[in-house]
Order: sequence, then C-alpha cells, then structure tokens
Amino acid sequence: MPMNPGDIEGMIKAALPDAQVRIEDLRGDGDHYAAYIVSEAFRGKTRVQQHQMIYEALQGRMGNELHALALQTSAPPES
Amino acid sequence: MDETVAARIKQEIDDNQVVLFMKGTPVFPQCGFSAAVVQILSHLNVKFKGVDVLQDPGIRQGIKDFSNWPTIPQLYVKGEFVGGCDIVREMFQTGELAEFLNTNGVDAKPAA
Repeated sequence: MPMNPGDIEGMIKAALPDAQVRIEDLRGDGDHYAAYIVSEAFRGKTRVQQHQMIYEALQGRMGNELHALALQTSAPPES
Repeated sequence: MDETVAARIKQEIDDNQVVLFMKGTPVFPQCGFSAAVVQILSHLNVKFKGVDVLQDPGIRQGIKDFSNWPTIPQLYVKGEFVGGCDIVREMFQTGELAEFLNTNGVDAKPAA
C-alpha cells in the first residue's frame, strides 16, 4: 500500500525533530515522491550518510511500500 | 548476508574501478533510475562495469545489505560506495562527480 506524504513527513520528523521537510508528489499517483529535507543533524555528514539517516527514519519502507522517493538533503546555512 | 554473495560483490568492486549495480544492462536498462545513472556515466565518457541485479536475486538483496542502502542503482568507485541515483545526479549537476572521478584516477570528461 502506498504511503501518503503526511506519513513520510511524520516519520522523518520523528527521527529528526528539527527537520524542515517538503514533500512533492511527483506524478500525483501517491507512489513517486521527492523530499527536500533540511536539518542540523546533517551537518558534517556525507550525502550517503544523510540519506541513510532518512532511510533509517523510514524504517524499511523505502524500496518496499515506498517505491520512489527522490531525496535532497542539506544542513541549514550557518548563521 | 550469504558469505558467497558478499564475496562476489567484494570481487566486483575490487576488480573494477567503476561498478554500477543496476536493473538491466548499460545497453538495456530496465528501470528509469538505472538508466539515468548510465546516461550520466556515458555522458562523462566513464568506463564502467554494469552488474545486472535482475539476473541474480542473491546480489539484488545482497548489495542492499552490503551498502546499507535500500534501493538500486548503486555506484561504486574504487571500492567506495558513492551513492544512488539522487546523489549521482546531484554530484553530476554541480560538477563534483567528474572531479571526484578524476581525483580517484578515473578518466571522466564530458563528450565534446
């Protein structure tokens, strides 16, 4: 069963409470999403590590219920 | 993970400078995300070995465990996991990918 954007955002925020999350439903089919995530937790991490943190937050759903989730992650600009 | 599967994956990334674990072959990719990475590598004139995970269920699951990464394609350069489709695309767009490959002694340049 496909996931809705609210569930995806909720799971990411549960793992990274400070995260700013924007989810786009790329095809309007509830199955192909893009997520843009900004969190202080990403600072100093490689992109691979940042994406692994999100996959971990999604607890195994990525690649299963969640077929396609394009990720773009970054730390907030230093103030 | 099955030890023979892990050994085979290790062998592929040890024997080949650039390895793409993908669905389908470089000539006939069977998935849009795999096709996108093939296109980027081809655009940079990078020689790479494609490993078709659809031909081998052991590798298909094994590479996910090996890299701790839930999706395919997966790109390895000099034994190091670089990322999946999103990361490769982002690195290509910023010019980082060609730089990274060159730094690792892999020829990469945009086709003229």
